[in-house]
Amino acid sequence: MPQLNAVPLSWYLMLSAILFTLGVAGFLFRRNIITVFMSIELMLNAVNLSFVAFSHHLRQVDGQIFTFFVMVVAAAEAAVGLAIILTVFKNRRTLSIDEVSSLKN
Amino acid sequence: MPNQPDLQLWLILFFPLLGALINGTIGRRLSKGVIGTIAIGSVALSFLWVARALSELGQLDSPHIERYFNWITSGDLKIGFDLSIDRLSSIMLLVVTGVGTLIHVYAVGYMDHEEGFWRFFSYLNLFMFFMLILVLAQNFLLLFVGWEGVGLCSYLLIGFYFLEKFAGDAAKKAFIVNRIGDFGFSLAMLLIVVHFGSLDMTEVFEAARKMPIEASGGVLTTVALLLVVGACGKSAQVPLYVWLPDAMAGPTPVSALIHAATMVTAGVYVVARSSEVFLKAPIAMEVVAVIGLITAVVAALIGTAQNDIKKVFAYSTVSQLGYMFVALGVGAFSAGIFHVVTHAFFKALLFLGAGSVIHALHGEQDLSKMGGLKSKIPITYGTLMIGAVAIAGVWPFAGFHSKDAILLAAHAHAPWMYWVGVFTAGLTAFYVFRAIFLCFFGEYRGKAHPHESPAIMYMPLVILALLSVAGGYLPVMDWLAPLYPAHEEAHDLTLIMISVAFAFGGIFMAYFVYVLNPGSADGYAKSLGGIYRAIAGKFYVDEAYDVAIVHPIEHGSRSVLMNGVEEVVVEGGVNATVAVSRSVGGALRFLQAGNIRSYALYVLLGAVIFLGVMAAGGGIR
Repeated sequence: MPQLNAVPLSWYLMLSAILFTLGVAGFLFRRNIITVFMSIELMLNAVNLSFVAFSHHLRQVDGQIFTFFVMVVAAAEAAVGLAIILTVFKNRRTLSIDEVSSLKN
Repeated sequence: MPNQPDLQLWLILFFPLLGALINGTIGRRLSKGVIGTIAIGSVALSFLWVARALSELGQLDSPHIERYFNWITSGDLKIGFDLSIDRLSSIMLLVVTGVGTLIHVYAVGYMDHEEGFWRFFSYLNLFMFFMLILVLAQNFLLLFVGWEGVGLCSYLLIGFYFLEKFAGDAAKKAFIVNRIGDFGFSLAMLLIVVHFGSLDMTEVFEAARKMPIEASGGVLTTVALLLVVGACGKSAQVPLYVWLPDAMAGPTPVSALIHAATMVTAGVYVVARSSEVFLKAPIAMEVVAVIGLITAVVAALIGTAQNDIKKVFAYSTVSQLGYMFVALGVGAFSAGIFHVVTHAFFKALLFLGAGSVIHALHGEQDLSKMGGLKSKIPITYGTLMIGAVAIAGVWPFAGFHSKDAILLAAHAHAPWMYWVGVFTAGLTAFYVFRAIFLCFFGEYRGKAHPHESPAIMYMPLVILALLSVAGGYLPVMDWLAPLYPAHEEAHDLTLIMISVAFAFGGIFMAYFVYVLNPGSADGYAKSLGGIYRAIAGKFYVDEAYDVAIVHPIEHGSRSVLMNGVEEVVVEGGVNATVAVSRSVGGALRFLQAGNIRSYALYVLLGAVIFLGVMAAGGGIR
């Protein structure tokens, strides 16, 4: 696969880092729970990307296996997380993350 | 071991255990008939298995040992789950399972109206299991398991009527007093391990046999004395006898089985089993003899002034156990075991008979409310009379043979012991017949309507009565002879005549006081004054223990342990822990803002700091 090899590893890592930073920023600065949730997914996938890139670079399959694990966990997490979000919305009529703070004190 | 038949000795233990488990777990849902069948059946099966094993073993010139598995291995010390039968344990096995079966049969009738029928038989079978472990054990630790187990069952059964406070108190008393003895026993075991490196009886006794006689004390003497402490607890000897009379709070079959025929003879059994150790420790032997003698006299004296029919027989048991100790102490081990056997017959008979009287009178135990029952409950009367004659030591009944073997041996050892023993024999005859006369002769003084017990209760009585008549002709002493060094049997007819004369004297005195001149007893008691008061007050032993031991412990627990240790140290420590965690938590609470994004920020900052430090340190290599 000469074409793929032409792209150096560092590019993938940079893309991964950018995506991860975007995820972190979204998580920190957005108020909508769903957006925050999507930011988490973005972070996970950024990490997935670097796993796959390393896996390809090092010619080892471990990273790809890890990726599958992350995807499985992410799917489960999405199911649970969306269910929580639905319940929160039903009970509170809001999706603003700042208003869901009843555990305080 | 070659040519030894495989007898599956464990089955002897297994039957009663199975019975106890079945009755203990699902007994609540079974009918009384089924529970009784299981209880009697399991003990009867183990009796039959003992009989089968003994018939296979024949002469038993060497012990038959079965080793099942290694129980404890620690360094060089190996303790196995090993069972054995020798000539001594064969006798105990027959007595325990045989008399046990009879008492189980009787108990089915006796307990018929009681609550907790299944619980009772579950405990009783469990007791049989532990007692058989005790008898069959080939090493001291396994014996100790049985020893503690029978103590536990004794506790459970004394406290069977646990709704009554006195029953619970009596149970606790028995358990705690026994604990003192058990402490001595466990110290003895530790000493044996340290000194002999083994707990296997064959090995220990083999080693003890090779050691010299310790004229002025030594390790064997210490071991023997510690074993005596244990035996004193279990076999109710002075100064630890106080629990046994109170133990009569339990149902009467329990008194007969545990507190007369079997468990209380465990101490005698252990001493007889360890004869190799005791023979090397003359000091310990002397101690055993003197303890036995004191116990025999003191208990017999107290027995003369008791008004509860079961208490009379309880003190009589203590006194007879004293006789057995005298036998052991003067080296007549086989005579001691012989007395264990005959005593099991006639004392079980006396207790079951007393139970039959109590049953007839709907729970009345006070002798002063009985009287004139001779014609109303004739079978009970006849069998109880046989038991009384047997314990008094009248020829040719069972008690005569074993008691005279003991008295002759005591005379050969030290004549004064013989005279004290003979005096006690007279007292024994007196107080037992006092109870019989008060119960069956004269006018009926109670209110209940007496009725004869059902066949399931009087059949065991009849069998035990036959055994009490003929038990003296069982060749127990010849059977045991090879185990113990020969004991010169001075068959002195004069000495025998004297002891029988004392027995008749006691019987006649009781007859004179309680039948010919009823009501005269109070006058005699008054003329004795302080002596009588001391006897009726049981020599104030319980009160003395209260003042000397119970109160200091209670007071110390209250003032030092409760007000000091508990309130200051324990509660103070707990409160300090609470205060610390509360203040730390209070400080940490400010981090918990409840704002998810601030948590995320902490995570991010943490990650950044972590990576920064790593990078500054040169990264991961």
